[in-house]
Amino acid sequence: MTEQVLRVQSFEKSFGGLRAIEALDFTVAAGQIKSFIGPNGAGKTTLFNLVTGILPPTAGTFEFAGRTLNGLKPHAIARLGISRTFQNLELFGNMTALENVMLGRHSRTAAGIFSAGLRLPGMRREERQIKEKALEELRFMGLENKAMMGATSLPLGEQKLLEIARALATQPKLLLLDEPAAGLNMRETVKLSETILRIRERGITVMLVEHDMSLVMEISDEVLVLNYGRKIAEGRPKEIQRHPDVIAAYLGEETQNA
Amino acid sequence: MRKSDYYPILLMALAVILFPLLAGGDGYFISLLVFMGINGLISMGLSLLMGYAGQISLGHAAFYGIGAYSSGILTTKYSFHPVGAFFIGILFSALIAFLVGKPTLRLKGHYMAVATLGFGEILFIVFNELSLLTGGPSGLSGIPSLTFFGHPLEGAAYLYLVWGFVIFLLLFSLNVINSRVGRALRAVHGSELAANAMGVDASRYKVQVFVLSAIYASMAGSLYAHFVTFISPTSFSLMFSILLLMMVVVGGTETIWGALLGATVLTLLPEYLRGLEDFEVLAYGAILMGVLLFMPRGILQGIRGLLGKRGEVGAPSP
Amino acid sequence: MTLASQLIQYLFTGLTLGSIYALVALGFTMIYNATGIINLAQGEFVMLGGLIMVFCTMILKLPLFLGFVLTIIGVTLVGILFERLAIHPLKNASLITLIMITLAGSILFRGVAMFLWGKDPYALPPFSGSRPVHFLGATIQLQIFWILAITLLAVLGIGFFFNRTLAGKAMIACAFNPLAAGLVGINVRRMVLFSFGLSAGVGAIAGAIITPITLMEYDRGPLLALKGFAAAVLGGLGSGVGSIVAGFLIGILESMGAGLISSGYKDAIALVVLLMILWVKPSGLFGSAEESGLKKF
Repeated sequence: MTEQVLRVQSFEKSFGGLRAIEALDFTVAAGQIKSFIGPNGAGKTTLFNLVTGILPPTAGTFEFAGRTLNGLKPHAIARLGISRTFQNLELFGNMTALENVMLGRHSRTAAGIFSAGLRLPGMRREERQIKEKALEELRFMGLENKAMMGATSLPLGEQKLLEIARALATQPKLLLLDEPAAGLNMRETVKLSETILRIRERGITVMLVEHDMSLVMEISDEVLVLNYGRKIAEGRPKEIQRHPDVIAAYLGEETQNA
Repeated sequence: MRKSDYYPILLMALAVILFPLLAGGDGYFISLLVFMGINGLISMGLSLLMGYAGQISLGHAAFYGIGAYSSGILTTKYSFHPVGAFFIGILFSALIAFLVGKPTLRLKGHYMAVATLGFGEILFIVFNELSLLTGGPSGLSGIPSLTFFGHPLEGAAYLYLVWGFVIFLLLFSLNVINSRVGRALRAVHGSELAANAMGVDASRYKVQVFVLSAIYASMAGSLYAHFVTFISPTSFSLMFSILLLMMVVVGGTETIWGALLGATVLTLLPEYLRGLEDFEVLAYGAILMGVLLFMPRGILQGIRGLLGKRGEVGAPSP
Repeated sequence: MTLASQLIQYLFTGLTLGSIYALVALGFTMIYNATGIINLAQGEFVMLGGLIMVFCTMILKLPLFLGFVLTIIGVTLVGILFERLAIHPLKNASLITLIMITLAGSILFRGVAMFLWGKDPYALPPFSGSRPVHFLGATIQLQIFWILAITLLAVLGIGFFFNRTLAGKAMIACAFNPLAAGLVGINVRRMVLFSFGLSAGVGAIAGAIITPITLMEYDRGPLLALKGFAAAVLGGLGSGVGSIVAGFLIGILESMGAGLISSGYKDAIALVVLLMILWVKPSGLFGSAEESGLKKF
């Protein structure tokens, strides 16, 4: 039996009177690339915010590798092995690209204020390891030449890749990518899909929110369609493309094909 | 510490060693240098809190006062050894900073600013009202000077003591900034949302840096108490908290060097304004406003701009 | 004096203080509603109101009413100048910079006041003589009734402005969504300017009416601002009604505490209330937690 990495049951999220997510159930299997699509406002980013602990669900539970995550703070969830990128980039503009990725190693390392301030040998060793691992991730994303540049001085496409590198540095079991292709050109999108496949090869499970349908259909193992906060379809890409409810939901809405 | 910090520190250490020669035995000048060092200690801590971690404190004079009064009271009324009193002051400051910091640093922007302002004012009132312990508005006198194996630490010797602390804490701070903890603090400043999402417990680190900055201030307070041997609440008022803030802002929030520069400049300023007492507060207001409007990155960046160096955000680490 | 008459005495003192805190809180709320920022110089508007009133009536020997009007106009101009020269240029700056510029303003005003008036406190004669009124064994200054009456008028006037006039509603719109407000034709810049002018004027009123009782000196501002802010937050930042009610609450609390417990720590009472509110329920008595979570801070 394939291991269930994430299990979401009866998820609900309301903001005052507005139901952003309703009666949502799904699982994500280990090693999967599972995409979440739907018209704008369908609740996709809200879902990501729920899974990473930024917002508490109004109802429902979610489990990660068998452990209930309800009530845990974002940093605790990150420590357990869920990491993410953001729709509107959230890089640390006050640090270099390398330092951004090095920060990703935070929860896997331990040096505190005193060993840092006094530069004890253990801390120095750890710093070297942090730097090496960070450079590895930058190399994986093809950004090793940009290590010393200010993170927000990079072109947009590279900033998006940098955010992925940072998320990878946390050594996640589950990686959430929130519209990674937004703002990328054709060539960059192709490189992105290759990168996501290489990420899967490392044994990392991927959840993807995307509007770029060709990307979604090309690399996803499973697709879940949301509309007005509810699941209207779930299955393999080919099935979803033919699904009448999905087609109906998108009618009248201009989907962007990169 | 990065390679780029190596030479400035060396230069500074050299300058410190030469200070007494520069002063040529002039007690007034030596006092000035001592105060510069003491203020530098506090502003370095504030720089870590405000410049690197991106938080704000408008009441830091309170921790300075806690250090000063702990040393003062314990050594005069309870015959404590100055070193013991020093550490108790630190403990006390750290504890209060932790208790106050936890709920306060959860607040956002303006609320945090006002909460720290209120806290500083409350401590000021306490210093004034707890007269049995603190001597109230008339102050606390007779604080013993420090001795080193029987030799009194005065004049140039005290200068070396204070600046020794400054250099040590500067190195400590630079090490922290360029470490895992420093990155976590800077990440919280850059994007608290992302920091949390990457596994940094932002709340915990905010409180930690607040406590650290309180410890710096407490040390400065103890050093102050043993130097001037008489302390009163007026030294720990709102005006001083604002002056401390100004040191960091005017000097430049981007680096800890800015805070030291600011401390130096703003320690000298009151001396020049001494003759123009009526203008003192006005001058502070005008300077702060001028810097915020025209030189928002502070004097240090202004100088570097003049020297042709570009201000480096996310400067390279070797 | 019996306990009952003591309590009545404290009650009236509390109402007096409360009026001032309410007006200061109102000033905070108005600027916050229009701009989303907290004006740390609010207390200085009160201080200037008191000192300029002293100048008008004692130095220029102007009649009371004229002095009052000139004072309000004067301080309002100061508020407007402050917005134009210090706030507006920094409208896109970081939150910390905005906090600091109002702080810088407060220091500057204090410095100017110290330069012009020195450090001594100044007195004003009460508006209608100093013969107190006796009520149930308590001695009440007539000035207190002036204070309550003028505060009531000011509050009603402002309430009318915000709820009934287009300009007032426009101001509230600006704080919620300056972009949308601009799009529907509201001149956001002017609204921000108005709010500063209005807050300054309200502060001036508070300063002018309280000086006959408490005197006024150059550095009264910060403590007044802190207590007024405590009232503003207690009442739910953004709620005019809340500011008023909370202002009186704090005033009475402070007065009772000073009288019954200790007068040395009386200032600390309001400050402790401030900290408690910020730490426990920053949305205040009349605000909702969700709403305050959605606010800028």
